[in-house]
Amino acid sequence: MSQKQEEENPAEETGEEKQDTQEKEGILPERAEEAKLKAKYPSLGQKPGGSDFLMKRLQKGAVNCLRAFPGVDEIQKYFDSGDYNMAKAKMKNKQLPSAGPDKNLVTGDHIPTPQDLPQRKSSLVTSKLAGGQVE
Amino acid sequence: NDIQWCFSQVKGAVDDDVAEADIISTVEFNHSGELLATGDKGGRVVIFQQNKIQSHSRGEYNVYSTFQSHEPEFDYLKSLEIEEKINKIRWLPQKNAAQFLLSTNDKTIKLWKISERDKRPEGYNLKEEDGRYRDPTTVTTLRVPVFRPMDLMVEASPRRIFANAHTYHINSISINSDYETYLSADDLRINLWHLEITDRSFNIVDIKPANMEELTEVITAAEFHPNSCNTFVYSSSKGTIRLCDMRASALCDRHSKLFEEPEDPSNRSFFSEIISSISDVKFSHSGRYMMTRDYLSVKIWDLNMENRPVETYQVHEYLRSKLCSLYENDCIFDKFECCWNGSDSVVMTGSYNNFFRMFDRNTKRDITLEASRENNKPRTVLKPRKVCASGKRKKDEISVDSLDFNKKILHTAWHPKENIIAVATTNNLYIFQDKVN
Repeated sequence: MSQKQEEENPAEETGEEKQDTQEKEGILPERAEEAKLKAKYPSLGQKPGGSDFLMKRLQKGAVNCLRAFPGVDEIQKYFDSGDYNMAKAKMKNKQLPSAGPDKNLVTGDHIPTPQDLPQRKSSLVTSKLAGGQVE
Repeated sequence: NDIQWCFSQVKGAVDDDVAEADIISTVEFNHSGELLATGDKGGRVVIFQQNKIQSHSRGEYNVYSTFQSHEPEFDYLKSLEIEEKINKIRWLPQKNAAQFLLSTNDKTIKLWKISERDKRPEGYNLKEEDGRYRDPTTVTTLRVPVFRPMDLMVEASPRRIFANAHTYHINSISINSDYETYLSADDLRINLWHLEITDRSFNIVDIKPANMEELTEVITAAEFHPNSCNTFVYSSSKGTIRLCDMRASALCDRHSKLFEEPEDPSNRSFFSEIISSISDVKFSHSGRYMMTRDYLSVKIWDLNMENRPVETYQVHEYLRSKLCSLYENDCIFDKFECCWNGSDSVVMTGSYNNFFRMFDRNTKRDITLEASRENNKPRTVLKPRKVCASGKRKKDEISVDSLDFNKKILHTAWHPKENIIAVATTNNLYIFQDKVN
């Protein structure tokens, strides 16, 4: 975790030095933390509450997205639905071990029926909260 | 007399390798407390039912129903994925034999009917028992079909789908005390719906600026008042809460009350606004107070006093000197929820390291407990935890640097009438109850 990062931070001080810094920036630990952050990322904007910050939140939603670091784009966008489906297929191939006979082969000897076609979500699984023993 | 909390049950997989779909995203008791619903990132809802047969196992909940509420979708116009993650579940008060709940993902709200079937008709004249039709020429006598008991089956069916009303991501839904309408809130707008009508909704709050460059705050949560059907509140990313009265105007852009605690400008830092962002707002059952949760604290507000909260409880103040790291690992943006107990005397919220905190408003005492499988013998009293902020760590204390920030308790719920709580870790649901003598 990034806790380790903090220990290696050259800005960390001990003893008397720490007291001096605290007096410089007020007693606030928040200010000390702010100084640490600015030391690491000098290009960080003054106010995180600006529109860049919030715009990223609006685009990605409620999940972590609010960094103001320039050049870091955490928005998940797809070029079109084909791109989306390709990305989903890649993810599925990585996650799922092959599950028996290939259901995709419906071409060739007979007209496919709805039962033959692969389900859109073959990974649909019951929640683990609902399965297993009650402890 | 302080409550002694005991482990009752834990639901979910033991393994550490958590599939994303299993991440619990919401927990909610129904109005009687008999049912407990959870939603997860995979769009599934699991409902548990309280075991009422034995009085000593009233903290025992068993699976009642589970269904796929939402599925992932693709917004073709914007080339964006719409997550199936259930953001919120809210129960309707029970009107008949069936139960109803609203569940929502980022874009679509659904009304689900959960009903029991414990009888089935048998003895049809024209159909065999397996459903195949009989040859009518073989029917020589008539009989009256009768209902016969069958194994209990619980069915969930979507009764209403409220879609296409939100450009931004829905963070809250709240049912009005009139039991006919409800609101849904996204980052910039709040809509009012009628439970029977899916093809239209009224926009009641719109904070989208004409020029998006001027955007300074977003809506983070919204809730209807528990008794006044015309009143609702919404919180913002800047730490303010606005109370609106729908009788004042159709569009409630002008608040009736603005709750904001003044901040000393000399204390301001880069992190001030981020940690002041309110992640949850909940009215007390009485309707007189509301509680807000920001990153480091829980505040209780008296609706009659706008200029400051009446009570403030520090959840994990020791994190204030870790804000730099918490910003880097994104934890500073975690959205913790909070809840009241049935009598509004105790409030609860989650923290890191699978710790959760309770604050007794009367005794002013607080306690830190841990949701962990290590204490999983039923009726074992939970041992209070303590985090050592700095200096010498006492025995049994945990130092701030040893906290696991991946183990966060964001969602907790308190039974409306009893001392039974549901606490969600990343992928497990813990149920605790007070010690039975």
